Amino acid sequence: MKPLLLKGGRIIDPSRGFDQTADLLVQDGAIAGVGRGLGAPDGAETMDVAGLVVAPGLIDLHTHLREPGYEDRETIATGAMAAAAGGFTAVCAMPNTDPPIDNQSAVGFVVKQGLAAAAARVYPIGAVSLGRKGEQLAEFGELVGAGAVAVSDDGHPVASGHLMRTALEYSRTFDIPVADHCEEPSLAQGGVMHEGLVATRLGLKGIPAVAEEIMVARNILLSRLTGGRVHLCHMSTRGSVDLIRRAKDEGLAVTAEATPHHFTLTHDACNGYNTNAKMNPPLREPEDVAAIRAALKDGTIDVIATDHAPHHYDANERDFDDAPFGIVGLETALGLGLTVLVEGGVLTLPELVARMSTAPARTFRLTGGALAPGAPADVVVFDPRARTRVDPQRFYSKSRNTPFGGRELAGRVVRTVVGGRTVYRAA
Amino acid sequence: MTLALGKDLIGLEYLSPEQIRLILDTAEPFKEVSERAIKKVPTLRGQTIVNLFYEASTRTRTSFEFAEKRLSADTVNIAAQGSSIQKGETLVDTARNLEAMRIDMVVVRHPSSGAAQFLAERINSNVINAGDGKHEHPTQGLLDLLTVRDKVGKIAGTRVCICGDILHSRVARSNIWGLLKLGAEVAVCGPQSLLPRHIEQLGVTVFRRIEEAIAWADVLNVLRLQLERMNAGFIPSLREYYRVFGVTAERLARAPRPLVILHPGPINRGVEIDSQVADGPHSVILHQVTNGVAVRMAVLYLLAGGRPDLAEAAKGGREGGE
Repeated sequence: MKPLLLKGGRIIDPSRGFDQTADLLVQDGAIAGVGRGLGAPDGAETMDVAGLVVAPGLIDLHTHLREPGYEDRETIATGAMAAAAGGFTAVCAMPNTDPPIDNQSAVGFVVKQGLAAAAARVYPIGAVSLGRKGEQLAEFGELVGAGAVAVSDDGHPVASGHLMRTALEYSRTFDIPVADHCEEPSLAQGGVMHEGLVATRLGLKGIPAVAEEIMVARNILLSRLTGGRVHLCHMSTRGSVDLIRRAKDEGLAVTAEATPHHFTLTHDACNGYNTNAKMNPPLREPEDVAAIRAALKDGTIDVIATDHAPHHYDANERDFDDAPFGIVGLETALGLGLTVLVEGGVLTLPELVARMSTAPARTFRLTGGALAPGAPADVVVFDPRARTRVDPQRFYSKSRNTPFGGRELAGRVVRTVVGGRTVYRAA
Repeated sequence: MTLALGKDLIGLEYLSPEQIRLILDTAEPFKEVSERAIKKVPTLRGQTIVNLFYEASTRTRTSFEFAEKRLSADTVNIAAQGSSIQKGETLVDTARNLEAMRIDMVVVRHPSSGAAQFLAERINSNVINAGDGKHEHPTQGLLDLLTVRDKVGKIAGTRVCICGDILHSRVARSNIWGLLKLGAEVAVCGPQSLLPRHIEQLGVTVFRRIEEAIAWADVLNVLRLQLERMNAGFIPSLREYYRVFGVTAERLARAPRPLVILHPGPINRGVEIDSQVADGPHSVILHQVTNGVAVRMAVLYLLAGGRPDLAEAAKGGREGGE
């Protein structure tokens, strides 16, 4: 691997509050130096990155890579490449595959496919319960031993309070977070969008905000009881934000994430029965979007995660009730962050990098999120001022289900480097 | 010639007051066709209409079929049972196949909200929504409007309360939009577990007691209570529903003015309405059914490109002669 000298970029490293124009040298897979006027070692590639941002690679704590079982929608290889094209150097793969990732050999399979993909790093998340059935705990020790970085039954909530309590208690031995899809099933059952005026007009069954908030409250209380680390997936309501803020004030081991679509869109996007706006949790009201943005600013919500959820192209050619939940997100996340949050005046650029890289690394204790000398060279180079029109036909993901097609977004990923190796370079 | 309604009839929310009035006015001359000895006019001769019903229906399907036949259209009925739908064909594939047979119009009923619009966006034929999930049932809304206009003499300023399961009712939504657009005062009444959230933001008054609704209204539109709502836990029992929310002769006797009683049918006697009221002098339930055919003839005629001002002549078969 040739050394790589990135010259004259704006280097942003939120892990140590670094934001300066400087050079960055990558050598032997690691960051060899950050500073001005660095010389290129023999045989190095030098890239002029003046005007571009050099940041620790983005890390996504919440992706659905669909392999094994749904390879028509995504594979670990295509998902890891879509991630690299979106500026991500690591993604965490949710275990709701078929079969689910609920044992050590399944975890090993995801690790192996991730290595073979040779794009973004792929970290498996193991299931909380065997078969994701919500009954019997999976073998956390073996999951972690095989490479799992967290456990989750995502796609479903851990409905049983007893099982969630036990999972949080048992997780303490391995010091892993339990990530929960917060949804009280009997309140959400049959719902296809946010319960509100738009659902009333469209005649669609709603999922009330309290379905999420009840489970957020439960999980916070169980974290307090057990000391276990609870990670709250894809937060969508102002009520959830209030609950998390209070939990953090209390110093509980609670972390939370929000998706780009939940800080960008409201339930109005469902008008016309737009199946690309069908999400779980659903798109909410303007007050909820404002609360999510404010929570990303003050750190109540630690992390931006995509909930990348590929679906086959004809899956959305259905009536709204029958269409699947979720959208692809890896290749639009940075653009939405730059457009909605940075240009929208919510976050500074370093704050956005923190929410998409440094904080995710810290939350799941992953490599990356920093550009300190000696750290593995997981680096993204992007042009924050370029304008890009979202063209789903050009996605590296196998799937195209996005409500953002045709939208002009800020930013363009120029180069993604994982462990010193370039895995994506813009044409 | 501009099309008076556009390509499709999806819901009353998407029509202007003028368009709604146009349909009601066009229905007037068609009322008379059904009173003739030979109930047939040649207006839609040569047009092919498919009645695509994914849900069981007697009244609406029969009403559409009579409207189509009295206008001389060629009609085909497809029901979910015993068709390719049951074999798992998707709505979009069914639509493409129908389109390939070069049809002119589709009347569709479907259990999913938005299904009619979904179909309308994917085929060139005119699509008429005969009820989509909990969204709209526009021809029912129109026949209710026509009935109110016939019986009260006007719609603007009339107080209409829709009673019962508003949450799951497409009839309620079509009525709310149609009545509000024509200037009526609209209320809904029912247990809160059967009222949609934020319904008052549509501009309707909410009553949680039937006595208050009866004291307020000129017209009650009493919805059918689906028996499965009890099993789903929205109400404790039909018995209690009748006791608390039933439209009974005793309750109506205390009304400050005689009320006009509508019901989209089929009625559950002794649940949402008692027999005395359903069969009584203020019930206009059968008048609604008669108006249903005329309104559907008007919608078919207008969507086929018929000129509203020529409806009188058209029903006499002289549409080409002016």
